[in-house]
Amino acid sequence: MAILAIFLYAGGPLAAGESVPIRNCTWCHGTSAQGFATAPRLAGQRHQYILNQLLSFKRHTRDNPPSKENMWDAVANLSPQSARGLATYFSTLPPRAANDGDPEFAAVGKKIYELGIPEANVVACVVCHGPNAEGVREIPRLAGLAYSYLKTRLEQWGQGYHAAAWPMPRIASTLSPHEVHALASYLSFVR
Amino acid sequence: MRGTRGVFPPTSWHRSAVTVGVVVVVASLLAIGFAPAGRSHDRAAAGHSAHGLQAKLEYCKTCHGLSGEGYQGYFSMPRLAGQQPKYLENQLQAFIERRRTNPVMFNVAHALSPSIVSALAAHFRDLNPRPAGGGPKEHVATGKTIYDDGLPEANVPACSACHGPEAKGQDEIPRLAGQLFPYTVKELTNWSKERGQGGTKADTSAIMTPTAHNLTQSQIAAIAAYLSYLK
Repeated sequence: MAILAIFLYAGGPLAAGESVPIRNCTWCHGTSAQGFATAPRLAGQRHQYILNQLLSFKRHTRDNPPSKENMWDAVANLSPQSARGLATYFSTLPPRAANDGDPEFAAVGKKIYELGIPEANVVACVVCHGPNAEGVREIPRLAGLAYSYLKTRLEQWGQGYHAAAWPMPRIASTLSPHEVHALASYLSFVR
Repeated sequence: MRGTRGVFPPTSWHRSAVTVGVVVVVASLLAIGFAPAGRSHDRAAAGHSAHGLQAKLEYCKTCHGLSGEGYQGYFSMPRLAGQQPKYLENQLQAFIERRRTNPVMFNVAHALSPSIVSALAAHFRDLNPRPAGGGPKEHVATGKTIYDDGLPEANVPACSACHGPEAKGQDEIPRLAGQLFPYTVKELTNWSKERGQGGTKADTSAIMTPTAHNLTQSQIAAIAAYLSYLK
């Protein structure tokens, strides 16, 4: 047992339920869960959102290519208890900001985030995701996520993937490529 | 409209002008080609296209729910289903005149023509989804008593006197039945900070000011809980 405990502990601090397979996640999402490449930051993400996403991978309703390729198999044998343990662990880690967007477009993105573009029927993100893009309940935190992740998610909703996540598919379909660029840039800098 | 959007979005006034221009042209063509004589919605048909109305409805429902049932995001987006058209029109005007402060709805309201407002209000009036509920059930009975009878000793009149025994409202008095619990709580709690902000401009919200002030937080929660389940 002691050897096993040392082995598990080497992967970083574990949540109260020490059997939670955190290391399986951090291979891709980073040792402090700040995200890496297509794997988004999990640190500071909303507990209920993480749980819902794990479920949507399991049910194959989140079907955009990176999810299908990486997450469907990853969660196939995840127990509800482990899912809750992972959600608790990752949601309580302090998040950093990616800061990897285009700074010249951050102001344009901020305006769309806060006010939408009523004349083009683009809704304001702030009403659901909050003034600091912190999210609430099952609505995800967007602050500081990587530019490429945010951009890809919006693009793939616009292409019809992950249709179950209403209203995001509809919202994404109203955004032009420039507006996606501006929003993803802005959000990458929000703390 | 997507084609007109450049690298830097034009100002809202510029975009409004473009939109109005397009809408007027499209509407004129439609009016010549399609408007049946003697239709009751002539006024609406004259100011916007069917496509424009459909797109705007989808826009409203993105936040207020597919059936207008309301949605609790980070902020509360109230139920619009079954709402009195006059109340909706009055509130949209209040956002524009900043009698009611809400930066998002100020922008939303600015992009709506009078004819499209009428068409949107008529659409939401006719929706009747189940109430979202969500208020604490243990307070529903207290809420009903306050709603039906008021609190005479605290100078709170019966809500039912104006909003109706079934809370359906009338004209500029809003329907309250089925409203989101956190929305009703927020409005009654912040009444004089959000409503009637236009200085000397006349605003029907003044009627509610003393009543909102005379309610305690637990009484507000009870009323809101009762309304959140009311069909």
